[in-house]
Amino acid sequence: MPEPKQPEKLIDDKGVRIDGRRLDQLRPIKLEVGILDKADGSAYIEQGKNKILVGVYGPREAHPKHIALPDRAVLRCRYRMAPFSVDERKNPAPSRREMELSKVIRESLESVVLTDLYPRTTIDVFIEVLQSDGGSRCAGITAASLALADAGIPMRELVAACAVGKIQGHIALDLSDAEDKYGEADLPVAWVPNANLVTLLQMDGILTTNEFEKGLTMALDACKTIHGMQQEALKKKYLVIKEVAEEREETEVVA
Amino acid sequence: MVIVAEPKQVVAPGELLAEGDHLLGDNSFKVGTKIFSACIGIFEVDGNRVTVVPLKGGYFPRVGDLVGGRIVDVGLSGWTVDIRAPYEAMLPASETPGPRGPRRRDLSESFDVGDMVLSQVLAFDRTRDPLLTVKGPGLGKISTGRVVEISAAKIPRLIGRKGSMISMLKRETGCQITVGQNGVVMVWGKSPENERVAVEAIYMVEREAHTRGLTDRIREMIAKSNVVGEVARTQAA
Amino acid sequence: MSFTPQLPPVAKLEQKTVVDLVANGKRIDDRTADSYRPLHIQVGLIEKANGSAQVSLGKSKVLVGIKIETGTPFPDTPDEGVLTVNAELGPLASPLFETGPPSEQAIELARVIDRGIRESKAVDMKSLVLLKGKKVQVVFVDIYILDHDGNLIDAASIAALAALASAKLLKAELKGDEVVYKPGLHPLPLNNHPVAVTFAKVGKTIVVDPVLEEEQVMNARLTVTIEKNGNICAMQKGGLSGFTQDELKTVVHLAVQKAAENRAKILAAAKG
Repeated sequence: MPEPKQPEKLIDDKGVRIDGRRLDQLRPIKLEVGILDKADGSAYIEQGKNKILVGVYGPREAHPKHIALPDRAVLRCRYRMAPFSVDERKNPAPSRREMELSKVIRESLESVVLTDLYPRTTIDVFIEVLQSDGGSRCAGITAASLALADAGIPMRELVAACAVGKIQGHIALDLSDAEDKYGEADLPVAWVPNANLVTLLQMDGILTTNEFEKGLTMALDACKTIHGMQQEALKKKYLVIKEVAEEREETEVVA
Repeated sequence: MVIVAEPKQVVAPGELLAEGDHLLGDNSFKVGTKIFSACIGIFEVDGNRVTVVPLKGGYFPRVGDLVGGRIVDVGLSGWTVDIRAPYEAMLPASETPGPRGPRRRDLSESFDVGDMVLSQVLAFDRTRDPLLTVKGPGLGKISTGRVVEISAAKIPRLIGRKGSMISMLKRETGCQITVGQNGVVMVWGKSPENERVAVEAIYMVEREAHTRGLTDRIREMIAKSNVVGEVARTQAA
Repeated sequence: MSFTPQLPPVAKLEQKTVVDLVANGKRIDDRTADSYRPLHIQVGLIEKANGSAQVSLGKSKVLVGIKIETGTPFPDTPDEGVLTVNAELGPLASPLFETGPPSEQAIELARVIDRGIRESKAVDMKSLVLLKGKKVQVVFVDIYILDHDGNLIDAASIAALAALASAKLLKAELKGDEVVYKPGLHPLPLNNHPVAVTFAKVGKTIVVDPVLEEEQVMNARLTVTIEKNGNICAMQKGGLSGFTQDELKTVVHLAVQKAAENRAKILAAAKG
C-alpha cells in the first residue's frame, strides 16, 4: 500500500491536531488482561491505531543453560513487528531497530520484577506489534507490565510508558505515526511510580533543554494516568467474575 | 500501624497495603515503613500480618508437598519429572519402593516418558532442582481416572478451610480426588459422568476462587447434574 | 531476543570499593564526578578511507573510518544521500566480546551515534545527490572498538565526529551512466557537530564518562547528545534501573557544558 501523504499541517490554527486532539491529550487507550490461553500471562493494548499483544512465559527453566544466572531469573524480551503492521510491509527478519527496542524495553522492566526469587530461570516477554501507529514501544511496555502481573510473577509495581514529541514547534503528548514522522522530536518515556524512576528514556530530533524538561513533565503526568488505567484493567477481570458469581452472603474467602 | 488498602479486596502489584510495623506475609514487601503488594491478589490481614493471596501464579516447590508430575526423561539412575514448576524435578531410582529399587535397565518399565506420577518433594533449595520420592502410601504411577491441571494458586481454595471444599466435592460427586500442591488434581469416579462433573467443579473453583457463595453454587451445579454421590472411602492423601 | 546479561567477572569486594569511593566523592581513578579521562584524538591515520580518527579515552580506544561510495537513495528521500553507521565490538577489544553478528550492545551504540549525526543534520544530505532519485553518495561511518575500558559510546561519538570533520572527498558528477570524479579533494560539508556525553548512576551518585569498573556496578546509564547550539539531538537511557526527574534535569545541563568542551578538542584535532 502506498504511504499516506504528508499532511499539510500537523496542528491547525485552533491548536487541534490532525486526529482532533489537543496538544496534551492522550489517544484512546483500551487494555485487556489475560486474553491468551497458553501463555502464563498476557495483555492486549490499543492506543490510537496501535494494536499490541504481549505474552509472558515463566519463570521457567533456563534454556540454553549457559544464559542462566545463579542468584536470579534472567529477563528475556522480544519486541517484534508483524510484517503487516505498517504501511509498507516490513520484512519479517529481525531488524536492528527491533533489537535495540527489545533491549531498551527489557531494561525498562528489569527493576520491577522480583527476579531474586527465581534463580536459574528465565522470564520471557514477547511483545507482538500487530499494528503500529507511533509510540509502540511505550504501549508495549504498558502492556508487558500487565502481562507480567497476569502471570502472577511478583513485581514491585507496574511500569507505565508514554511518548511526547515536538510538532510544529509545540510540545505534544502521545505522537501518532504521522506526527512522529513529520514532527521535530520524539521522546518516549517509561516510569515507575513508587520508586519514582524513569526506566526508559530515548530521544531523537531537536529539543532545547527547556523543551526537554517540559516534555518530560508532560510525559510523566500521562504515565500517572496510564498507571491508573493499568491497575483498573488488572482488577477488572476479577471484579467481573466476582459480580457475576456472587449471589448471596458466604463464608469468607479462604486463604 | 495503619492499614491502607481494603482487606478482602483485590490489590494490584505496587499497591500500598499498610504503613508501620506489620509482619510481612506472602507476596508483600516493605520499602521504608510502607508495605506494598507484589502481585494481583486478595489482601488479607491476620492480626499483625499482612498477606496477599495470589489470584494467579505458578507452583513454587516446597519440601513435603504432594505433587503430580509427568515423566519427561528416563536417565541412568532416575527420571526427570515435569511438576509444572520453574524447575524440572528429579526422581532418583533410589526413591522408589522395593528392596533396592528397580535395576538400571528396568527404569522405563517402572515409569516411562509420558507417565503421570504422584510423588512428594523430598528436597529443594536455591542451588538445585527439586528432588522427589515415591516411597510412601498412595504414591506412584497414575494409570486410571482423570488428571486436571489448574493454577497452583487456587489449590488452597480447592481444599478449603479444614478440607471443607474438597470433602464436599468428593462426597457430592462420588469421586476419589487427590490434590497435588502443584495444581495437578487426580480424579477417580465410579463412572465417567461422575468424573466429568468433578472436573467441572474443579475448574469452577479455579475460575471463581475469589468470590463468595462458591461452595453453595458448586453444590447446586453438582445436584443439577444428577450424579449419585456417596461417602468417599477415606484415603491417605 | 534481548536478555539480562551475565554478570561481569568482578569480585563483590571490588564492586563495593567502586561504589563506596563514588559515594564519598572520589572515583577509582581519582577523578571528580564531572571530569572526563584524558582524551587523545588523531585523524587521518587510514589513507584509504575518506576520513578516519582514532580516539583514546583513558584506556578505551576506538577507530572510526569514513568511506564515501556511490549508491541509490531511499525511495522516500530521493533528494538525499545516504548515511549509515555500523559498529563492531570485536573480541580484540575485550574478553567479554565474541565474534559473530553484531550484539545488541553494538547495534545500540551504532544507532545512538547515527541518531546524533542524523538528527543534528550534521552531514548535508542534499549535497550528496548526483542524480535525484537514482544516484547518490553514501557515507559509511564504521566504528571499530579496539580496547574496551568503559564509555565506548562517547569515545565512538568523538571519533566519528573527528573523522567526519576531517574527511575529504573528490567532487563527483554523473556523466551519462557513469560517475566521474574531478581531481581535487574537498572537505565533507558538515553543518553541525554533535557530541555524545554519557553518565552513569553508581549507587545514588551520577558520574560522567564511566570507566569500565564503574559500568560494571552502575544502576543505569544515560547518554545525551548535544549539537553545536546547545540543543539535545539524541538521548538514550541504558542499564537495569533508572533516573529521577531531577537527576535528568541536572544531567542534561551538565551534558551541554561537557559537550562544548569536547567539541572544541575534536574540531581542533580535525584541523590539525
